[in-house]
Amino acid sequence: MSLLSIREVRKTFGANVVLDRFSLEVEAGECVVLIGASGSGKSTLLRCVNLLETVDDGVIELDGRDITDPRIDADRVRSGIGIVFQAYNLFPHLSVLDNVTLAPIRVHGVPRDVARARGLEMLDRVGLAAKASSRPDDLSGGQQQRAAIARALVNSPKLMLLDEVTSALDPELVGEVLDLLRELKTDGMTMLLCTHEMAFAQDVADQICFLDAGRLLESGPPSQVLQNPTQPRTQEFLRRIRL
Amino acid sequence: MSDWQPSALQLERTAYRRSRARRSTAIAGISSVVLVVLVAVAVGSTPGWPRVRETFFNVHRGWEALPVVAQGLWLNVRVMLICAVLIVILGMTLAIMRTLRGPIFFPLRVFAAAYTDVFRGLPLLLVIFLLGFGVPALQLRGLPNQAVIWGGAALVLTYSSYVAEVFRAGIESVHPSQRAAARSLGLSYRQTLRFVVLPQAVRRVLPPLLNDFVSLQKDSGLIAVLGVIDAIRAAQLETAVDFNFTPYVVAGLLFVALTIPLTRLTDWVARRQGWYGGGGGVV
Repeated sequence: MSLLSIREVRKTFGANVVLDRFSLEVEAGECVVLIGASGSGKSTLLRCVNLLETVDDGVIELDGRDITDPRIDADRVRSGIGIVFQAYNLFPHLSVLDNVTLAPIRVHGVPRDVARARGLEMLDRVGLAAKASSRPDDLSGGQQQRAAIARALVNSPKLMLLDEVTSALDPELVGEVLDLLRELKTDGMTMLLCTHEMAFAQDVADQICFLDAGRLLESGPPSQVLQNPTQPRTQEFLRRIRL
Repeated sequence: MSDWQPSALQLERTAYRRSRARRSTAIAGISSVVLVVLVAVAVGSTPGWPRVRETFFNVHRGWEALPVVAQGLWLNVRVMLICAVLIVILGMTLAIMRTLRGPIFFPLRVFAAAYTDVFRGLPLLLVIFLLGFGVPALQLRGLPNQAVIWGGAALVLTYSSYVAEVFRAGIESVHPSQRAAARSLGLSYRQTLRFVVLPQAVRRVLPPLLNDFVSLQKDSGLIAVLGVIDAIRAAQLETAVDFNFTPYVVAGLLFVALTIPLTRLTDWVARRQGWYGGGGGVV
């Protein structure tokens, strides 16, 4: 059974159909990369999986449990999924360490000193132990994004969602974030991410999905989708971004 | 440290900036002196000035009235401090009530909206009269009937409607992505409000909030209409002795002296907000 099973999901904003009968299976330990033009529904899909948006139809199952059922405890589901945003979304009034320990202390009831020890461990892992007491605004973009990844990881999520996490970074800083994600993948973390970094997608993805106008147009291993795309729309997209 | 020595160019720039700064100070000083002299001459040359000086700016009379007026002012200060605490609590409660979601909170939302509509619209003086003369006239047992308590209550009711709106603006100014990030970590609506939204909101609205408290400091003088002996009322009583209005001026100066530290505090807080985004720079 898949860890994450998305079936026939539909999501609209007003008259705009953002996701249209979208289906996708993600196995445990797998890294699935969503590619496609801006507005193709990649971010919305991630937000639906994290229950930040309510789907208009269809089912999303995590570990065999229907999380689109309005009767479930959404806060619990969310705390089992880590999400990292394009704009980091760190809390500017808290130190880096407090950003990381907020959820363990307040949501999971971890004692403060245990949470801090674990938070420091996480920050050390992303190479930010020295910045634990800094404010997010005093960090570079790459450091902020790594702090955001540490914040998501500290909850020991079953699934990580990464929404164009390198789009706001300059090329030099992209590398440090991507290296971290590669390590996560090696550790067996299940990841669903969208990116415009095709080389990274090629390198890290087990499965690549090409989205177009809210539909899954083509999916398969990178060698197939990136090297030998069958759909004209995919071919056109890849040709354009490689220019 | 490096062995950096400012270049000749930089030394020249620094010297130029320093000379500009000296020039600015000189111009500011001269223009201020000229203005003060002009105003003094203009006012002093009016035919009624000697009389006005005698009636409003009698130093001896002012000195005499000072202790009584200052004693009245102490009441203003106490009223203001106690009211400020209650206003913050009530204002915050109203603001949170207005931002609550979910059908069960509908009556609370409507109440908070109606409350701010009514008390922001009603003139403060009217509320003071209504509570100060109206409630004791009901002759209900168990209710206090000191004028100062009802005057304070009127201040709290009116000001908390303003402060509620300030807090609400702050809450709504926190970007939705902050809520999304908090909820994605599993924080509940309440936890998100408590640990992510409110701390940021309060920091942002501190300057306008302090502004409201400067204003409250002055308006605490309005409870004089209920016969409470505050600074204004004390000045009025002093004035009644010989129709010299200097005690009013004394009260005015004392209020200003009280307000200035708070105003400077407001400025300082606003400047310090630099830590929040937008970092400095020369423009």
